[in-house]
Amino acid sequence: MNPRMPDPSSANPPAAAVGEEAESRLTQVFALAGRPLLIPYLTGGYPSLEGSRALIDRYLDSGADIVEIGVPFSDPLADGPTIQATSQVALKAGVTPADVFQLAAYATGRGAPVVLLAYLNTILARTPEVFFERCRDSGVLGVVVPDVPVDEAQELQRVARTNGVDVVLLAAPTSTDPRLDRIAASASGFIYCVSVAGVTGARSAVSADLAGFLRRLRARTELPLAVGFGISTSEQAGEVAKSADGAIIGSRLMSLMQEAAGEEAGLEAVGEFLLAAADAVRKARSREDLPGSPTAR
Amino acid sequence: MTLSQRFGKYGGRYVPETLIPALDELEQAYERYREDPEFVAELAELQRDYAGRPTPLYRARRLSEKVGFRVYLKREDLAHTGAHKINNTLGQILLATRMGKQRIIAETGAGQHGVATATVAALAGLECHVYMGEEDIRRQELNVIRMRLLGAEVIPVTSGSGTLKDATNEAIRDWVTNVGTTHYIIGSVVGPAPYPTIVRDFQTVMGVEARRQILEKEGRLPDAIIACVGAGSNAIGIFHPFLEEEEVRLIGVEAGGYGLDSGKHGASLALGALGILHGSYSYVLQDEDGQIQEAHSISAGLDYPSVGPEHAFLRDSGRVAYTSVTDDQALEAFTMLSRLEGIIPALESAHAIAYLSSPECPFGEGDIVILNLSGRGDKDVYSVAAALDMEGA
Repeated sequence: MNPRMPDPSSANPPAAAVGEEAESRLTQVFALAGRPLLIPYLTGGYPSLEGSRALIDRYLDSGADIVEIGVPFSDPLADGPTIQATSQVALKAGVTPADVFQLAAYATGRGAPVVLLAYLNTILARTPEVFFERCRDSGVLGVVVPDVPVDEAQELQRVARTNGVDVVLLAAPTSTDPRLDRIAASASGFIYCVSVAGVTGARSAVSADLAGFLRRLRARTELPLAVGFGISTSEQAGEVAKSADGAIIGSRLMSLMQEAAGEEAGLEAVGEFLLAAADAVRKARSREDLPGSPTAR
Repeated sequence: MTLSQRFGKYGGRYVPETLIPALDELEQAYERYREDPEFVAELAELQRDYAGRPTPLYRARRLSEKVGFRVYLKREDLAHTGAHKINNTLGQILLATRMGKQRIIAETGAGQHGVATATVAALAGLECHVYMGEEDIRRQELNVIRMRLLGAEVIPVTSGSGTLKDATNEAIRDWVTNVGTTHYIIGSVVGPAPYPTIVRDFQTVMGVEARRQILEKEGRLPDAIIACVGAGSNAIGIFHPFLEEEEVRLIGVEAGGYGLDSGKHGASLALGALGILHGSYSYVLQDEDGQIQEAHSISAGLDYPSVGPEHAFLRDSGRVAYTSVTDDQALEAFTMLSRLEGIIPALESAHAIAYLSSPECPFGEGDIVILNLSGRGDKDVYSVAAALDMEGA
């Protein structure tokens, strides 16, 4: 079901033991799998806290390798209408970051590697120190912060690192070569590669330039490259996995839940989708197909 | 790159990576053209012949008599399109055309910035899309019609509170998606660097003119300058050339809404906490988990839950004093100025006017005060008539 992964119960090393040289546990998840990973996203607290736990279960039973959980935010400016709507549902129900940490702990308790997606203001509100301590305590391996480019990431990375957590940096097709150099030089865990210029949301096709974009990054880093934004079919996920180390799927799963006649039907649809996507991702290539990829070693 | 991205610890660039190259491009274009003689001459000509600058500095005699000290009004209401917003959009459209952009987007609250953007887009022959909250579309109908007449598409924003904050989110999302072809003309001194600097610089023309005009009329600098502060572009623009003149008091007036203790106001500097909104680090109205709270003001242009990062810096340094007045005080001032001077002010500017007759206003006989009358009130007459229960509303 899941790739072999570091035991999450060992997720609380004393801070002093986590030096800069210690290999990221998140990176290890990719390396140990030796194949591209399927990374489904859910908005924490959508459709409800209980519903989120059911989604996590379904993700893990349907081939998810890493679970990405979004901390709902009032003003998610990197997100399209689908994830905005799920965030609003969660916020209206009173879901807080503390609830999301409980969901993360639930997922890590089931043995899943977990990353969070959090906008910077939700991290600053109770200070980065508190936020990343909570990440460590709930076994979260990394945090994607979509509104923090590499130039502004240093302080967050420092605090995260003392807690054994990675700040996952994003790279975009619009990033210039000098910017990709900077991103590659300071990234840890994996690099979140934005597939198109735009916000999150299902799209009919994956960008034709994706392979070229990933090659530009691959030339600069040995870190795993996971691709997100716009993957909406299992075929697209398989296509992406030919040149990437992970396929991140969010809006499509959230809209399957939104459109379903009820929660149970939504979970069924999500499970069916993910099983097909997991199959496509795993068949996309063998270990030898992609020189330079950490999931091809 | 020599532009600073921060004002003290405030400002910065907290936006998706996708936008950073576009911000770099804009910064480089601004660096290149800001002192380019041809650019400067073209902008000066447009300011003069198209926008009607310099705007007058008007000695408001009856208002002065009423408040007990000498008040000059900087008449931005007389600028083309009816507010100071045109100063910024003229500058930015010249940058956009030089960068080869074919499409212009903007956010708008009261509609004044949307109108000013639609105007310059028409002037440059560029496609224009303006994001506007549906609540604001309702209360600023006149400006919606103006934008459409000018050929812009007004896109209603229904997410969140349907006001300026949400319109700005949508404009940023559009920009991320169309970043190659599109220039985003942000309307105030907010957003990621270099916007707060660029917008401030284009708005500084007001302060430069006011300084020259008051020296001509009075032979001395004023005792104070007063301006309303939502996100803060009209205030920064008139304050900036006076920052070094320590004897000139600078006072910014925020939207007190139903009162600061009501929870319904737009006073980010008074009651906000440090945080990020729209790519910039500043004071933000938010809850303890960092969720952005909805601002409230009778004035759509002040209905914003954060404030430009340079204002945050000027507050901390103590150089500018910030205060607030309520919706009711602003309404009263709106009527007062209309009847005393025959000038119907924008509800935004009415906040600054209201401060003149508030108990905390320290000025008296012999003092000279410049007030930035940032816009005219045509757009507000329906809201005001409704609020005052006037017949015909």
